[in-house]
Amino acid sequence: MASICVERPGALTTVQDAGRPGLAHLGVPRSGALDPDAHRRANRLVGNPETAPVLETTLTGVGLRFFGQAVIAVTGAVAPVRLDGREVGWGVPVPVGSGQLLDVGRARPGVRSYLAVSGGIAVPPALGSSSTDLLSGLGPGPLVPDQILAVGEPSGRPTAAHPPPPPPASGRVELPIRLGPRDGWLTPAGRATLTGAAFTVAIASNRIGVRLQGSRVEQSSRGELPSEGLVWGAVQLLPDGNLVVFLADHPTTGGYPVIAVVDPAGFSACAQAAPGAIVRFRLAAAENI
Amino acid sequence: MKFLPVGATALLVELDGLAAVLALHAEIGRRRAVGWAPSLVDVIPSARTILLDGVADRSAVAAEIRGWDVPAAPPTDGQVVEIPCRYTGEDLAGVAASWRVSEREAARIHAGREYRVAFCGFAPGFAYLSGLPGRYAVPRRPTPRTVVPAGSVALADIYTGVYPRSSPGGWQIIGHTDAIIWDPGKDPPALLVPGNRVRFVDVS
Repeated sequence: MASICVERPGALTTVQDAGRPGLAHLGVPRSGALDPDAHRRANRLVGNPETAPVLETTLTGVGLRFFGQAVIAVTGAVAPVRLDGREVGWGVPVPVGSGQLLDVGRARPGVRSYLAVSGGIAVPPALGSSSTDLLSGLGPGPLVPDQILAVGEPSGRPTAAHPPPPPPASGRVELPIRLGPRDGWLTPAGRATLTGAAFTVAIASNRIGVRLQGSRVEQSSRGELPSEGLVWGAVQLLPDGNLVVFLADHPTTGGYPVIAVVDPAGFSACAQAAPGAIVRFRLAAAENI
Repeated sequence: MKFLPVGATALLVELDGLAAVLALHAEIGRRRAVGWAPSLVDVIPSARTILLDGVADRSAVAAEIRGWDVPAAPPTDGQVVEIPCRYTGEDLAGVAASWRVSEREAARIHAGREYRVAFCGFAPGFAYLSGLPGRYAVPRRPTPRTVVPAGSVALADIYTGVYPRSSPGGWQIIGHTDAIIWDPGKDPPALLVPGNRVRFVDVS
């Protein structure tokens, strides 16, 4: 069984799997890979179950020394992938020999690359998941230099049958949203801003949420809203008129109005929108109840 | 009872108040235990709403719930948890001013009553404690703090919360406690779980 020594942890590299759905009533965030498509694809490429734990990098990649043989694949944000300094493929399975240094470089474009290792990253699960949850502190901490990561026993065969995915959007992002549940808090002008204006991804964005600035959304004065349940993709309107799009590590409840929700089809784009990226919202199909 | 769509697959049930939430939440729990709505992933109660996440057919589920005869939730006798609190929070002066009392009197008002855990949310182990009369309701801060230290005792609306761990937050901080509110190594990991009765002991 292979193991990995962390030589360069990068800006923020965490272990992620499919998270902890079903525990929100205890206040436990869902967590899990922010770009679920890229997470599943990376695992398929190396022959893992789709939900196996992988590494999620942030902007600056990661450097890892392998002990024992393994097959790896990098998906999500496009980044140079080097083995002992030699460029190898992104989005394809790559065999790694014992003693080799794997380096995933700066994301270009995008934010988060996913590094799957055949057998999966083996860390003790917390509440059923190996994911690092940065809001609650559940799961393993972010990678640190010289840390040793265990790798599980490979269970399937690597495959190159899946074509490399298109590079994720980054500089200009269009997110499909559905209005509600609290779109009644918007003034007509605020509604027009939401669907017509351009927003900029703020530097304070993280796994909890994408913070948007640049266009303020006007709300009618409706006083206080009692805290209520949140979902991944919820677009929360802050009192100062700025927006937060909640991602996987979002709190399970919140007290500012959720005026719209990003469709799951937009989750990858949210995960890959770098600070400074321009975001616009597009109305998806509405539904009456 | 009102039903609001949330994104592609969730449904928000809006109710008259906490009692109705507790009653419907108990009913949903009973029905889920015998296989109702198997696609549901999360059911999140709050002060006035229940969020159902993972609803395959929202119109059908809403129609079903409307047709239920929901019995009132029985009262629960939870254990009493005592939380030592230093009433020295950054927002205590502002809260006391809004109550038109001194800071010392504000601490006496807060510590002099019993609370109940109504529901959990915001973060693991973050309990919403009801018990303050409506006249003491306070708004959240206009802009949330990016870091609120663990153990901060804070108010929003009529609720008291204790931050289980350092996190962003918009509640008004009136005090601090050394009590461990959340410990994932313990079972249960939360000190405050729904049904618990809670008292704050002034150790300023």
